[in-house]
Amino acid sequence: MRLNKILKNTLLVLMACLALTACATKKEVSNVQGQMQGDVYTGTDTVEYLADGVPDRVFFATNESILTTASRETLRAQAGWLRKNPSINVVLEGHADERGTREYNLALGERRANAAKDYLMTYGISSDRITVLSYGKERPVDSGSNPLAWSKNRRSVTVKAN
Amino acid sequence: MTKKILILLFILIPIKANALIEVDITRGNLNPLPLAVSPLSIDEESRKGFEKILKKENIGSEISNIVENNLRTSGLFNPLDKKAFLQAPDIANLKPRFEDWNLIKAQALITGKVNYVDDKLRVEFRLWDVLAAKEMMALAFTTVPNNWRRVGHIISDKVYERLTGEKGYFDTRIIYVSEEGPKTQRIKKLAIMDQDGANNKFLTLGNELVLTPRFNPASQMVTYLSYFKNMPRVYLLDIETGTQEVVGDFPGMTFAPRFSPDGKKIIMSFAKDGKSDIYTMDLENRIVEKITNHPSIDTSPSYSPDGKYITFNSDRSGYQQIYVMKNDGSDVKRISFGNGLYGTPVWSPRGDLIAFTKLHKGKFYIGVMRTDGSGERLLTENYYQEAPSWSPNGRVLIFYRETKTNSKGEGFSAKLWSIDLTGYNEREIKTPTDASDPSWSSLLSN
Repeated sequence: MRLNKILKNTLLVLMACLALTACATKKEVSNVQGQMQGDVYTGTDTVEYLADGVPDRVFFATNESILTTASRETLRAQAGWLRKNPSINVVLEGHADERGTREYNLALGERRANAAKDYLMTYGISSDRITVLSYGKERPVDSGSNPLAWSKNRRSVTVKAN
Repeated sequence: MTKKILILLFILIPIKANALIEVDITRGNLNPLPLAVSPLSIDEESRKGFEKILKKENIGSEISNIVENNLRTSGLFNPLDKKAFLQAPDIANLKPRFEDWNLIKAQALITGKVNYVDDKLRVEFRLWDVLAAKEMMALAFTTVPNNWRRVGHIISDKVYERLTGEKGYFDTRIIYVSEEGPKTQRIKKLAIMDQDGANNKFLTLGNELVLTPRFNPASQMVTYLSYFKNMPRVYLLDIETGTQEVVGDFPGMTFAPRFSPDGKKIIMSFAKDGKSDIYTMDLENRIVEKITNHPSIDTSPSYSPDGKYITFNSDRSGYQQIYVMKNDGSDVKRISFGNGLYGTPVWSPRGDLIAFTKLHKGKFYIGVMRTDGSGERLLTENYYQEAPSWSPNGRVLIFYRETKTNSKGEGFSAKLWSIDLTGYNEREIKTPTDASDPSWSSLLSN
């Protein structure tokens, strides 16, 4: 009898735990929903515009420098804008999130900015007009310590140089 | 920046060869050796002399406080409360009553005397084995009064060496990056301090971002990364004169600099077209050599103490891992094979170990492994920590740790921490501001 009671209590506690975790997970998902695909940021929260319809930044997955479909679209818009404004030069600022060693992240930021640069070049923008600058993890846009904040920070931002 | 320091060292009485007390530092020390640091005695005339110059009421007590603090923070010694001391400092220095010291359970005793002689600070000290009732060591120094803190550190080093059989690490400095301001817009400055946190000085003003300063093991030179004119480049800084120069003429970002053990070369990474390779530059003839040539990210290089090998991290396997190669770039071997990512390898000054940062399942670890990758040992786990730097005797690691922010992005801090090679004695090293990227100097005196 007694054992039974203990078992029953344990079960209740267990169920309560499960219910709580379920809630926590659900909440997390709804917060992030529509803002991340995989762990790539897809929201517009930090994005600024170089011109109408020309977002200034692209985002990356953890430890990656591969351009997503959305990133390529953004960069094509940037290339169009650069072609229309031949006197404008740009700096591509590559960034990493805080979850990596400082030196590796400097290299990773450089690699990300170069991925963006290569894509702009395939759309006819001369490398003379593009400077690459890596900030590694030194200049996050979001100071949070959570996956959504990190996803906003893994980015290459195109900045007007003149 | 810092005055050249001249310390005259006279050995008063030769060190006796017979084995007395010994402290084993190869294992975690849970029973630190109880010892008594009797305040250095000082006569009234000398006391007044120093008070006038140094604005310290009793320089003898101040120096013994430094010794006591150093020995305590090493985790190997337990300096006893001075209130329990029965014998007066001046008499103890002449001839300790060993029964009295034995009574308070001191196993070793440090005594000494300070004198003001010809505008100079003269310090003598003795180390006694209380149980054997014998003198273990006696030394005297003469120096300029402003060096009083260093005298305390040198005494600490001598005591540490006599009792453990290994060189100390107290007469050393730490160069690091001081951090202030919000996480998204940190102001960073180079800063330098004594190993115990005293004499903190800022070396740059914070106008540009600076990162990863490292000492030259053979001189008071420092190499670091500066974003001067928004061009991240490796610089060389002479901390005596304040002069600085850019290292090499690279058409892009250079970073992750470190000196060779003889101090004659800088090894660093150069990033171009999404690839980072390792280069060296000879500081005498300015010849640049490319050491690695791979489409991956190769960075965080560190020489073995004999200069024959280089350890670095690379993502050529797909993920960041640790490699060892010959100093000409040949014979590259991966040595990290555990679960997770491995970075920032640093070769121990003793040559037998490589310290590293590891990221596994969202946690960061500081660990050590043998130079072939075997015997991995994780010393500490945290939300974020990285960039270990060895004490010159290879017993202690200093690194930095960052805190997690809350949901509003508040609560960020970066602090320096140290831990013994055994994994014991983890402690925060207090700095006036937040701090990161520490690098430990060699012993200033030998």
